[in-house]
Amino acid sequence: MCDTCGCGDPERVAVDVHEKILAGNERTAAHNREHFRERGVVAVNLMGSPGSGKTAVLEATARGLAGQRLGALAGDLATDHDAERLRIAGIVARSITTGSACHLDAGMVHRALHSFPWRELDYLFIENVGNLVCPAVYDLGQAVNVVALSVTEGEDKPLKYPVMFLKADLVLITKIDLLPHLPDIRVEAIAEALARVMPRPTYLTVSARTGAGLPAWLAWLARVRESRAAPAVASSPGSGPAHP
Amino acid sequence: MHEYSIVEALVDRVAAEARARHATAVHRLSVRIGELSGVDVGLLTTAFAIFRDRTICESADLEVQSVPARWECPDCGGVVGPGTMLRCVRCGAPARLAAGDEIVLDRIEMEVA
Repeated sequence: MCDTCGCGDPERVAVDVHEKILAGNERTAAHNREHFRERGVVAVNLMGSPGSGKTAVLEATARGLAGQRLGALAGDLATDHDAERLRIAGIVARSITTGSACHLDAGMVHRALHSFPWRELDYLFIENVGNLVCPAVYDLGQAVNVVALSVTEGEDKPLKYPVMFLKADLVLITKIDLLPHLPDIRVEAIAEALARVMPRPTYLTVSARTGAGLPAWLAWLARVRESRAAPAVASSPGSGPAHP
Repeated sequence: MHEYSIVEALVDRVAAEARARHATAVHRLSVRIGELSGVDVGLLTTAFAIFRDRTICESADLEVQSVPARWECPDCGGVVGPGTMLRCVRCGAPARLAAGDEIVLDRIEMEVA
């Protein structure tokens, strides 16, 4: 060893770190979460494939929660389209343009909050970039993770993207008004796939177009609000369809 | 492909450690990646090979230990097989992920003057 012989040559050392690689993101997420908790804002991280109906669910949510103060940050690679739709629906909304990034991270959300009136909100919906892979890895400081899964995507999506569904407090099975046109798709099969990747599979079936199932979704949100961001309480009891 | 952002966070963390210890080079990084972490080991390795250029990790090897998912019963400790219903067959409790969600930097081998 060169520190013992004194020759001055460099020495090779091993440093044990044992630290999460995304520890920095987790610190920022904890900071966001603390802000939301202090101000009583319920932050909902809404994830799902492109075209799964995330924006449509939020438009319908705005109709159902008229009188409550709703805000949204919409992650979008290139456009302001979703935020524009949400503003028309009465939600205070702005885009987080991610460029080529396939997900939001806690820092992007934190920076967006600097120029966004989030403190006055009852609910802040963070509409993540449409993607069933990358967004699952990043904590944003949300109270709950909600994953939109449309019936047209197929019954086996939970099995193909287990990490996304593992992280979900609630799965919204969307576009159920299309079921009569999809003879090969059964909600029971989706539920069974969810039970193989979520220890507490919790889902609701909704149609933003017809309004079917929306009261249950709004009641679920209200329960999250009452429990002040305690997802374990919000998504109980047990498995199967959520009973708000 | 979020593996690039993972590598970016990894290299930043290693660079901070190297600076603090006045390291002149980094030879090897050991990381642990869980099967249900959402990180693809092949993509991570590719991203690292590209991203390490012109960083302190330029000549570093990335050693990846893959961790299989392990579900167990939080009440009785029974193992719950992956791909099955995630409930304990003995007591019915929802399973807990005991291993397999790691995205961890374990060790850095570096050269100090």
